[in-house]
Amino acid sequence: MSSTTLDDYTDRYAQRVAGMTASEIRALFAVASRPEVVSLAGGAPYVAALPLDAVGEMLGRLGSEHGPTTLQYGIGQGTLDLREQICEVMALSGIDVACGASPEDVVVTVGGQQALDLVARLFLDPGDVVLAEGPTYVGALGVFQAAQARVVHVAMDDHGLVPEALEEAIASVRATGRRAKFLYTIPTYQNPAGVTLTDDRRERVLDICERAGLLVIEDDPYGQLGFDGEAPAPLRARRRAGVLYLSTFSKTFAPGFRVGWILAPHAVRDKLVVASEAQILCPSAFAQAAVCTYFATMPWREQLKSFREIYRERRDTLLASLADLMPAGTTWTRPGGGLFVWATLPRGLDSKAMMPRAIAARVAYVPGTGFYADGTGHQHLRLNFSFSPPERIREGVRRLAGVVEQELALRSVFAAAADDHPAATAPPAPPAPPAPPAAPAAPAVRAPTAAAVTAAATVATAPREHRRARPGADAPGPDLA
Amino acid sequence: MNAAGTAQPPDPADLRVLVLAGGLSYEREVSLRSGRRVLDALRGAGVEADLRDADVALLPALAADPPDAVVIALHGATGEDGSLRGVLDLCGVPYVGCDARAARVAWDKPSAKAVLREAGIVTPDWVALPHDRFSELGAVAVLDRIVDHLGLPLMVKPAQGGSGLGAAVVRDAAALPAAMVGCFAYDSTALVEHYVPGADIAVSIVDTGNGPRPLPPVEIAPSNGVYDYAARYTPGLTMWHVPARLSPHVEQSVAETALAAHAALGLRDLSRVDLIVDEHGRPHVLDMNVSPGLTETSLLPMAVQAAGLDLGKLLVTLAARAAARR
Repeated sequence: MSSTTLDDYTDRYAQRVAGMTASEIRALFAVASRPEVVSLAGGAPYVAALPLDAVGEMLGRLGSEHGPTTLQYGIGQGTLDLREQICEVMALSGIDVACGASPEDVVVTVGGQQALDLVARLFLDPGDVVLAEGPTYVGALGVFQAAQARVVHVAMDDHGLVPEALEEAIASVRATGRRAKFLYTIPTYQNPAGVTLTDDRRERVLDICERAGLLVIEDDPYGQLGFDGEAPAPLRARRRAGVLYLSTFSKTFAPGFRVGWILAPHAVRDKLVVASEAQILCPSAFAQAAVCTYFATMPWREQLKSFREIYRERRDTLLASLADLMPAGTTWTRPGGGLFVWATLPRGLDSKAMMPRAIAARVAYVPGTGFYADGTGHQHLRLNFSFSPPERIREGVRRLAGVVEQELALRSVFAAAADDHPAATAPPAPPAPPAPPAAPAAPAVRAPTAAAVTAAATVATAPREHRRARPGADAPGPDLA
Repeated sequence: MNAAGTAQPPDPADLRVLVLAGGLSYEREVSLRSGRRVLDALRGAGVEADLRDADVALLPALAADPPDAVVIALHGATGEDGSLRGVLDLCGVPYVGCDARAARVAWDKPSAKAVLREAGIVTPDWVALPHDRFSELGAVAVLDRIVDHLGLPLMVKPAQGGSGLGAAVVRDAAALPAAMVGCFAYDSTALVEHYVPGADIAVSIVDTGNGPRPLPPVEIAPSNGVYDYAARYTPGLTMWHVPARLSPHVEQSVAETALAAHAALGLRDLSRVDLIVDEHGRPHVLDMNVSPGLTETSLLPMAVQAAGLDLGKLLVTLAARAAARR
């Protein structure tokens, strides 16, 4: 007889591997790649709008005319040409030489994701606390989990991160005898919530962090994708010290090149370079040359404007479709830019539990649980508007509305039975032994819905600290994140 | 033609096999993994094989370049409810596995259980109800009757589906409404069974020309007691014992029961029978699979290996037998 777990390495894995298991929600996303499914789940920019022929010719020349350089190793910090180009791009947002932005302090990374990972490697020890908006970017949660850090979510409303909630979170962490290492924030067109931190709050958040000695990690992938006027200046444009600025060309050009960057204080920059060299030796010379040449020789500002116009039309379609079609009780944010709308389902509905029904109806979204460190957020879902054309977006919302209506009807049928048995409101247990009793419910962090503007109510919520069992288990893979 | 009305199987070296995988079911990811493994096994056995999704390009491709046989590695409705098999029949393309009629019955758990019980095969008591019935008759009254009639604990699962998706054990009546809601996310009809505790056993059946024969039973022991989606498809989370830790007498009984179930449902070529062996050594058939999983963690490949067979050669033999049915 043989007995096997089919994994001979189980006693050799690092602790951080625990929880890396197959996920039925991720399996459902496999269906979303089929053309029959309207996917509102992705985070993909609409790269088909790029001048693909011209980009193709440019890439060909980079190989044929500059191959000895572009196909060679490079330096760990990234090419000077690209770092200068990055400074030109950042200057558009107000991060210019006047506030100390220099190519010397830019580190080129493999997309924004490596930038996040480098930050975690430099600043996080196991057990350290990170403050982050709730909800927050699923890829950041994965990085923090891999660093074995603890995430404390800070409430948002329609105006972004709530300063009072941030103060409360800092205090509550301190009360446990610890200090949060940094605040991770996406202040502009946040992923997944779509909300933007207001001018006034930016100053307050920076003041709070400065007083608390809290480093700010500003992630700004979407800042140049605003539709309704200019976004407030980034946090880094307001403070030289205490802010590390992360961004990427994935949304302003194309994610296929995997080129991002960090703007960091000089001392931090040196360590970032060393850490990056240990990880990847150097960023791709070819990808850097491609990005650099695109920004140096092609009408990228016009292209950015084109992206904005396309996304604005699609956002308008999504918002109008939601208003026309979704059942009463559903609310959503109204982003002024970026790629995402954050929707809140009628009370009692669970976006994760509803996923199979949605897939059967040929529509996909990302359940809200993917954006919280503890997998809460069941009532919410993220909808993308950048990738699908308007008619597909409307069709997707029509299907989604049908799914929500079916779910409401089903829940109402069983509500009476659940009322007979109060415990029945808990989610169903998986097969076999009953799950251990759930921990007492933490106070709900207010979601940034249109109705959640009342700061007083939001402030009353306590921060939550989480170590997630498996970051990203409820979110799609990299092609969709 | 032989006595069964089929031609002699073609020389495997001349076979051209098409593997179908993917589809639009919840088990698409599992299917793609199964399909890739089947493809590798067939090619490893020296057969010309290709992999294709079941999409709008399939029928034109079958018409333009019909394969000698199809191996269906699709899980979920498309691969298992008989509909695709019916379409392949329309196209005159032979396939490995049972015909459309048998698949349709086996795929629908309540229908399969009825056939099994009619044949005298033990299967847990059950009731199958569409969600409409709960709204018409009142969920409280219906759920109360289910608990009264079947007793606790209960197993709730979609009437059609696999991979443990939408399934839940209910030990307390208070948890039943939530389990029903979770189940109805995957199917419009729920199967509620009396839960039988015991050892989880899977018996794969193959027929390479000498009649159906059971492969060594596989015993499933998930590390946390839950054989859910993660435990099924994450190496390291479940201990599989091959052959199962059963006494010779019980193993014999399990094998006979699986063979009887395979025959009762009119299955062909290969199948997998899932059973529980209770504390008295009595097997209870839970489920029949006409398109068993063939991933790295699937049960049929483990049984094939334990039987001393080569998966590639077995699939080639089955494909050749299917081709002879053309």
